[in-house]
Amino acid sequence: MTQHRMSRRRIMKAGAAAGLLSALPAPFVARFALGQSAFDWKRFKGEKIDVLLVKNPRSDLMQAAEKEFLELTGITVSSEQVPEQQQRQKAMIEFSSGKPTFDVAHLSMHVQKRLSEKGNWLEDLRPMLADGSLTTPDLDFNDFGKAGLNFCTAADGKQNAIPTFVDYWILYYNKELFEQKGVAYPTSMDEVYTAAQKLTDTSKGVYGFVSRGLKNANVPVWTSWLLGQGVETVSKDGKLLTDTPEAIWAGEQYKRMNREFAPPGTVGFNWNECQTSFATGRAAMWLDGIGFATPLEDPSKSKVVGKVGYGVVPKGPKAQHSAIFGDGLGISRTSTKKGAAWFYVQFITNKQNQLNILKNGAGSPARNSAFANQEVVRESKFGKQWFDCVLESAKVGRPGLPVIIPVTEFRDVFGVALTNMISGADPAAELKKATETFQPVLHKSEQG
Amino acid sequence: MSVEHNAGSLPGRRGGMAAPATPGARQAPASTPYVYDVTRKYWLFIAPATIVVGLVIVFPWIFTLWMSAHEWNVTGDHAFVALANYKKLLTDQRFLDSMWRTFWFTLLATLIPIVLGVWAALVFHREFPFRGILRTVFVMPMMATPVAIALVWTMMFHPQLGVLNYLLSLVGIAPFAWVYDPNTVIPTLVLVEVWHWTPLVMLIVLGGLAGLPTDPYEAALIDGASSWQMFRYITWPLILPYVMIALVIRTIDSLKVFDTIAVISQGGPGTASETLNYFLYLQAFQFYNLGYASAVVVIFFVIIIALSLLLLYLRQRTKWTD
Repeated sequence: MTQHRMSRRRIMKAGAAAGLLSALPAPFVARFALGQSAFDWKRFKGEKIDVLLVKNPRSDLMQAAEKEFLELTGITVSSEQVPEQQQRQKAMIEFSSGKPTFDVAHLSMHVQKRLSEKGNWLEDLRPMLADGSLTTPDLDFNDFGKAGLNFCTAADGKQNAIPTFVDYWILYYNKELFEQKGVAYPTSMDEVYTAAQKLTDTSKGVYGFVSRGLKNANVPVWTSWLLGQGVETVSKDGKLLTDTPEAIWAGEQYKRMNREFAPPGTVGFNWNECQTSFATGRAAMWLDGIGFATPLEDPSKSKVVGKVGYGVVPKGPKAQHSAIFGDGLGISRTSTKKGAAWFYVQFITNKQNQLNILKNGAGSPARNSAFANQEVVRESKFGKQWFDCVLESAKVGRPGLPVIIPVTEFRDVFGVALTNMISGADPAAELKKATETFQPVLHKSEQG
Repeated sequence: MSVEHNAGSLPGRRGGMAAPATPGARQAPASTPYVYDVTRKYWLFIAPATIVVGLVIVFPWIFTLWMSAHEWNVTGDHAFVALANYKKLLTDQRFLDSMWRTFWFTLLATLIPIVLGVWAALVFHREFPFRGILRTVFVMPMMATPVAIALVWTMMFHPQLGVLNYLLSLVGIAPFAWVYDPNTVIPTLVLVEVWHWTPLVMLIVLGGLAGLPTDPYEAALIDGASSWQMFRYITWPLILPYVMIALVIRTIDSLKVFDTIAVISQGGPGTASETLNYFLYLQAFQFYNLGYASAVVVIFFVIIIALSLLLLYLRQRTKWTD
């Protein structure tokens, strides 16, 4: 069986071509790829690649598509799904060893973007994107939304991964409870507060608002409020903006919403407890990622089927943004089967497979074309509002976590501060303390 | 133990099985090659175990000590920092808090199962209808996987929808925050540990009770001793060695508990249930500060060794022969 491997010379040639192409806009790359004639999917026939995935419904779909990929390319895929936290540890340790056991890895780019860049984990995909013999004309690179691509593109322009999924934070609301109290969907963050006030009825066990209180998990709630001030937690030059007046305002918003209108015990709530409160009709609003429509519209898991409203995060004092989080598929820089791996990445992120994510309620795919499919919109049990919410959120999407190496430690330190706020601590004092604790960690992370 | 003494009791190299050493039997001189060969055979027997112990216990420990003296970040270079990690630990309030929290948790999660386990053992030691079935039911929690148990308890602790608050509401008691309140999270986690591990203590003590002599009790009955006096002056001293074994096991288990906390509270709310082991996990596997985490491991090891030695010393003092 003849095996076609990419030679160093070929990669260098392609790299030179990519160097020229990188100066040109993405549409050119797409046109270049689209201009190719018959594409040889069997080029790497007989090869076998290893893929490291995160355990979730999207990975189930990816694994289900492996058979079709084998028939198309003759490439065998050996993939494994590992729970998210353990998968990140595995990826970290194996990439750092210099000899990962996988060729393709799923990466949570909102956590691992900067880490993967600094560790030089991933192959720059630009040379392969520019090579017509390696990139299918059907790729349609421009179809990937800007939000997902931003996560997968390094500051220096390297295309380190191809986006697979983008999570937009939205405001779920219980239409029935809103109607009963005559409350309109809030158009500003201040109105979220007043709406929650009207909707809270402790005598009936109904609370106006619920969001994550558990440390680490709670940080995106705070950053969602902070984005309403038009700022993020770290400036472009790497300075922490976490004890600014805007950050303190967001902290106060977080504190008052959770202390005054959230169910008891919210201090320990992660998304699953929030989901339970909302799905049982005990919470009128829930700020979280867009991926929970499936359980909320499932009669076996939810009491609010057909009553769920999906709203874009209301505007803050200075801006309106939806906190976004994104995943991608990257190819290990040290892989010896980069060609076959690239074929897999192209196939698994093609239009049909991205549409399958939407069809199966497995989250919001990174390709725009998936949302333009009217048949899927009509047949979806989520309703048109959900699709509108995704598209509107995409227009105002902004990273919900800083693009730094110690993202997990950031979430831990500020997560503890936020938890303390729910317990009554002063936001300004807590954020000052957390900033002082985290500043040296951030400084050290970029050294060495 | 001398080589000469053992030489005669071991199989000879050339002569098959050697005769047992008996007084007056002819012994091989110490300087002969025969004795030398036997000594070498000792090493053959010891070598596999020595290699395994060296690889899986000694080397990791030396490596951990070495790592603890380094600034060890998986994404960067390793720099020698001598005792800096230990000095940093002494001023790290989160570490110090986690250490005291660990002691508090260990104290509660050890003593309560001991008291309840001894009481349960005394109850199940007596004859009564359905004793066998009830004893089986009692030990069932111990058979379950800690993670599965923790997940079930997590659902039961839900402040709005958990069955525990529902049961409390039936008797007119206000809802409780359980693990969702920094002030109640440790006692609640202890509750899970108690439910899970009291049967183990019961089994250990029950084993001790089964082996007790009956003579002292007969004598005490004749002397007119009360039930309490028989327990206080006969049963308790006799089962004390078994209680000490349970105490050692429970102490070490409680010190290193991880799964229950990781699943139920993840060290929260805030850091309210962050024990030394969970702090260590965060440093090593979430923040990847491997050098710093290694220093925590070394301190944790010292604490466990110190406590184990103390408990083993106490156990020695409670032995029947003493």
